[in-house]
Amino acid sequence: MPEYRPVQERSRSFFPLFERKPDNQNATHYCPGCGHGIVHKLIARAIDDLGIQDRAILISPVGCSVFAYFYFDTGNVQVAHGRAPAVATAIKRARPDAIVISYQGDGDLAAIGTAEILHAAARDENFTTIFINNAIYGMTGGQLAPTSMVGQKSTTTPAGRSIWNEGYPLHVCEVLNTLDGPAYIERVALGDNKMILYAAKAIRAAIQAQMDRRGFSFVEVLSPCPTVWGKDPVAAQQWVRDEMTKVYPLGVIRDRDPWTHPIPVPPPPFAFPSGAPPLLAKPDEPVDYRIKVAGFGGQGVLLLGELLAEAGLQAGLSVSWLPSYGPEMRSGTSHCHVRLSSEEVDSPLVTNPNVLIALNEPSLRKFLHTVEPGGWVFFNGDAIPADCARADVRAVALPMTSLAVQTAGDAKATNMVMLGVVQQALHLLPAAAVDQAMHSLIHSERWLAIDHMALNAGSHRYQERCHV
Amino acid sequence: MTHKQLVKGNEAVVRGAILAGCRAFYGYPITPASEIAEGAARYLPQLGGTFLQAESETAAINMLYGAASAGLRSMTASSGPGMSLMQEGISYLAGAELPCVIADITRGGPGLGNLNPEQGDYFQVVKGGGHGCYRNIVLAPDSCQEMADLTALAFELADKYRNPAVILADGYIGQMMEPVAFSSEFSAVPEKNWAVKGTPQTRPNFVTSIHLEADALERHVRALESKYIAMGRDEVRYEAFHADDAEVVLVGYGIVARILKQVVTQARGLGLSVGLLRPITLFPFPSLALGALSRHASRFIAVELSTGQMVEDVRLAVEGRKPVELFSRVGGNVPTAAEVLTFVRSRVQELCHA
Amino acid sequence: MNPDNGKITIDAEGCKGCGLCVEACKPGLLSLSGRLNHNGYRVAEYAGQGCNGCGLCFYVCPEPGVLTVYKLVAEGAFA
Repeated sequence: MPEYRPVQERSRSFFPLFERKPDNQNATHYCPGCGHGIVHKLIARAIDDLGIQDRAILISPVGCSVFAYFYFDTGNVQVAHGRAPAVATAIKRARPDAIVISYQGDGDLAAIGTAEILHAAARDENFTTIFINNAIYGMTGGQLAPTSMVGQKSTTTPAGRSIWNEGYPLHVCEVLNTLDGPAYIERVALGDNKMILYAAKAIRAAIQAQMDRRGFSFVEVLSPCPTVWGKDPVAAQQWVRDEMTKVYPLGVIRDRDPWTHPIPVPPPPFAFPSGAPPLLAKPDEPVDYRIKVAGFGGQGVLLLGELLAEAGLQAGLSVSWLPSYGPEMRSGTSHCHVRLSSEEVDSPLVTNPNVLIALNEPSLRKFLHTVEPGGWVFFNGDAIPADCARADVRAVALPMTSLAVQTAGDAKATNMVMLGVVQQALHLLPAAAVDQAMHSLIHSERWLAIDHMALNAGSHRYQERCHV
Repeated sequence: MTHKQLVKGNEAVVRGAILAGCRAFYGYPITPASEIAEGAARYLPQLGGTFLQAESETAAINMLYGAASAGLRSMTASSGPGMSLMQEGISYLAGAELPCVIADITRGGPGLGNLNPEQGDYFQVVKGGGHGCYRNIVLAPDSCQEMADLTALAFELADKYRNPAVILADGYIGQMMEPVAFSSEFSAVPEKNWAVKGTPQTRPNFVTSIHLEADALERHVRALESKYIAMGRDEVRYEAFHADDAEVVLVGYGIVARILKQVVTQARGLGLSVGLLRPITLFPFPSLALGALSRHASRFIAVELSTGQMVEDVRLAVEGRKPVELFSRVGGNVPTAAEVLTFVRSRVQELCHA
Repeated sequence: MNPDNGKITIDAEGCKGCGLCVEACKPGLLSLSGRLNHNGYRVAEYAGQGCNGCGLCFYVCPEPGVLTVYKLVAEGAFA
């Protein structure tokens, strides 16, 4: 008897029996003549040949190939409609040694998931996408696909795709080819024997590109859907060959060399700052400052508040800092709530401050009426305007911006002049705590010097005023 | 623990996450949550982790699906509109039983709303929001310290139950700064033998949320249900503040709870019997604790930055035994302690007349 | 008579009768038989001789394990 050996047989990368499938575990769930089955075989063959079965992770999309994990004896992740490139991105980054093969249909990739595929390609993510273009929605029963051809009938284009209503089909390879990212882009077809053999090579080349860490690789496969097209499998194959390839030309569209950019150097070992114990112990006498700092964006309102909170922490107090945030940070008014307390801070919101720090007049007008009777008001201006003055609060008005310019040479130091004034008036916090806070929050030596000058100027000016 | 450091709530989330072993962050910027992404971008690359700004929240949540499938502790952060976009992905994560952590730093809605704190995301986070019978584990910090601690807990619970966990905090909790003590070491991350890692050992593993046969899906949904029941039994967390003997019990979470603590202190100072029950887990909700209080308290007042979302859970817990009212501000406005106190006093007086 | 260079086997129960292999086989050695398998498909059938082992039928067949293609082992090849 002559001896024969198998040369083409079931891939090792397929399960011998499809046990994840509820019935008929010897065959796929695909219709007779379906292109998915052929492409599955080409992928499985490539996985076999490249020896990557243990490393391979196949991503099944939504569409007829949703159950690809019934068949592939590899790692499998089934994902949401259109999002395979996002999922593949994160899997590959989490497991760089895995070989990630993302499998998508035309609705999945070119309609609902257009953004994801475009950005994965632009980022040059190092995974492989196999894109099945059969110009129709198969699983949902034959609706228009983004790749349906002009004039092609579908259940949602009963008179055929119209350029006036549905516009033109999407040429995904060509679109991706406008990007710098992709390493490998090829369009192949299941139109005849020769084309299928080319497709096998293309799929293997794309996976090889990933293994060589060349970056994003992409193979579009023009594929028959005999059932929904209403053609017998052979006629469907011929339609791929004769009609689809006219609209979607075949060939290698991108095959670039690996990038030669230097790989980033790994960063130094990392630790969060461990912090230090507070500089000072909690004061003996009870403290409860409810402070509102307000001004216009750019006056250092938030920093002044943060300095108070940080200094409060250094002084052993319970503290909180709550900013107004959002677009008003970028212009207009800005304010923050600061609490410094010897008790645990309950609400970080300061509705009725006992200290109002107003760095401009609109802020004074906005918040003066909220100040608790007997509270303090510090205003950056010559005097509290007569029409909003209150007799039941203690007000200090000084032209702090002028002082900042005169003494520190920069109007931006207005907030530090203010801090000097407030400190001199209230002895809110120990000087050492304020100094420590300034050192932790102001990182530039130059600004630290300027701010100290401004702080001292504010403090002296308040002293002078009180002695006049 | 480290010494206390003054940090923003959002910064506390990202540090808490990284200390808990989070090594992947995928997100899309949105006020008032962006500092979480910014922190992750600063720290994660230094730890060999991944930070990626996605093209959308939709992509971000699906990247989380990928990172979680591959067995990494991973997170994202967003706010109202972004959370709405993520709902589909969260449903898939729950359906595929993938653990991950999502921080929702809420803002005003509906639509673009505004950037100020609101609690209108309660329904979409606590009740689902995406399709199907699933639940998120939902933790509601009320301080910067809890932003760190509950984020770490969220990772633990997410892995324990293989389920998404959400940190639901409002813009104020995210944006404010308070002293926080952090863990001084990285947590050990459990081995995830079910994950798909591209290794020989994990080759048989697969992640999916589709169960086409009705019986198969029913089995799956029942299995999910049994996890939610177990959470309800084992994971309820709340803080009771002068609640045990209170005539009037206030219920609130997040920044509202902080205001309510002030209200309770002031009310007690006035001789009024007022207490607070602060849910720390919004799912599972502290229904038994509220039910127990309803045996002696006369009245419940839910205080929310919404037109009434959590209040529904309070009512379900109290089961009609006592009146449950809502006091709310919306649009990004936050009630003052004085406003709430006035309302509470009016109700206490009513009780006295009754 | 010299033995054929190739031969094929067909798992009739997995075959869906799509006919792509029939179309692919250049020498025309495959056909759809009149026999139905248990799923009701007309199954592909090999004429029994003439195969050169080219493997095209295998590539066009959408089913993973229906077709197996063999080649003749040259005498003494494994000796």
